[in-house]
Amino acid sequence: MTIEIESRRSVTDEAGRGVDELVVNIGPSHPSTHGVCRVIAHLDGEVVVKAEPVIGYLHRGIEKMAENRTYLQVVPLTDRLDYVGSMYANWAYCRAVERLADIRVPERAEYIRVIVCELQRIASHMMGVGASGADTGAFTAFVYAFDIRERIVELFELLCGARLTYNYVRPGGVSADLPDGWIEACRAVVRAAPARLRELDDLFFGNYIAAGRMRGIGVLSAEDAVAWGATGPVARGSGVPFDLRKDDPYSVYPRLDFDVPVGESGDAFDRGRVKLFESIESCRIIEQALDQIEAGPVKASGLPRLIRPRPGDAYDHIESARGSLGVYLVSDGSPRPYRMKVRSPAFCNLQLLGRLAVGHTVSDLVVILGSLDPVFGEVDR
Amino acid sequence: MSDLSAIPVPVPADAGSSLEVLREALCSVHPDLCPLFSIEFADSVLMVSRAQLHATAAKLKELGFERFGFVTAVDFGDDFELVYRLQSTRFGVGMSLKTEVPRDEPAIETITDLWPAANWHEREVYDLMGIEFIGHPDLRRILLPDDWVGHPLRKDYHDDDVIPRPDYI
Repeated sequence: MTIEIESRRSVTDEAGRGVDELVVNIGPSHPSTHGVCRVIAHLDGEVVVKAEPVIGYLHRGIEKMAENRTYLQVVPLTDRLDYVGSMYANWAYCRAVERLADIRVPERAEYIRVIVCELQRIASHMMGVGASGADTGAFTAFVYAFDIRERIVELFELLCGARLTYNYVRPGGVSADLPDGWIEACRAVVRAAPARLRELDDLFFGNYIAAGRMRGIGVLSAEDAVAWGATGPVARGSGVPFDLRKDDPYSVYPRLDFDVPVGESGDAFDRGRVKLFESIESCRIIEQALDQIEAGPVKASGLPRLIRPRPGDAYDHIESARGSLGVYLVSDGSPRPYRMKVRSPAFCNLQLLGRLAVGHTVSDLVVILGSLDPVFGEVDR
Repeated sequence: MSDLSAIPVPVPADAGSSLEVLREALCSVHPDLCPLFSIEFADSVLMVSRAQLHATAAKLKELGFERFGFVTAVDFGDDFELVYRLQSTRFGVGMSLKTEVPRDEPAIETITDLWPAANWHEREVYDLMGIEFIGHPDLRRILLPDDWVGHPLRKDYHDDDVIPRPDYI
């Protein structure tokens, strides 16, 4: 069993009575921590008095490794940052390279990028919502969510051969064009998905147990969301309507018509529902992109094998499933980045765990961690 | 077959105008910051000295950059360049606020009082680059174990366990 009792300290409360504060170590290897997260929880009975996440257990030095690889060789490294969302991790990095090296991406490649990114968003949210289900004991909801995710992962396998780490979006475009029949297969998936997503919403979020476990848990106010740099469903669940696809639009998103679901109460329940309704909006986006996409090249023409951007630095970001994911690249004119910095939304959102968990029980701590939806490849890099 | 004159990717639609709007607003409210502002790679950059950084960050926050992106450091040999990334909903753009700290005295005032979000980011810069943030509430290593020696992202970091990658190109 991985919850160990580290120490037992006696403190005195205001009335002078001795109160035992228990310090419990949760993780890093634990089925409920969504990856390798260690949380040192100070408990008064079962109520969390202080929770401190300790990270770094998946730190592989990706930023340091990137300094020793060419711009193209860094793309597989970005796959392994947010490994539940490799498509948009590749895309954020490629946008930074294209900004730095002044590369124009052909229109068909932009549409393909949007389609795969939105598919990835649905897949990632299904992981997040499913994990919330598993956290609250709804294992069937987990499987329902993963069935939707499986359809998408199969599409990705048809597209680029991989189920998890794709290395598909490359600087200048994408690595290969859509295979024959892929568009029809994709259309079939996104036509069937909204009904299944609404069914999942009804069965999981409509269940009184899930509501009881998640409503009012881990409430994040809108001011705190902005002050603490929260982005993505964590911020939108608190009513902060910040979405880079609308507030700082990029790629072909200005041509596509979609809404951004925003929650009200900022609790774990609203964060989960925001993810689910975002997935339904993503289906709309994909259908429109599939209608608008035209034939054309999928890679920028005239791109050298070794990209040598001029010296300088550039930052570019996209709206990933977790929030605003950005890559800051510094170039010294050589074919390798001088410095790569990944602004990972999961790292920024995870800071909130200490604040959100205070006053809740240990079981709620797990639900809050799940609602923040961290992926530790991205948190630790 | 559509031709290649598609959306220019490095410059998002209307970015030119949003950056000019930002420049005008900055120059009218803070004329002293105007010469330090530049537009590079279709993005706004403000380069200030170490002593001015906290005050400039406060001014930018008031101007409309309510959102904190990240802080990072780049090792340029003689000095470290610190880059603070801010985002504004009002202007719809981000900004890189940069400063330099000398290598022999890598310390700077913290900005966690302006944006609590900077807490973990400053810890990460301290951990991997060794820059001290004066006034930080809890400055200790975050990604590496507490007993690690050295700051790996520095260019002169040496570790016997690191296997040098062969140069294929």
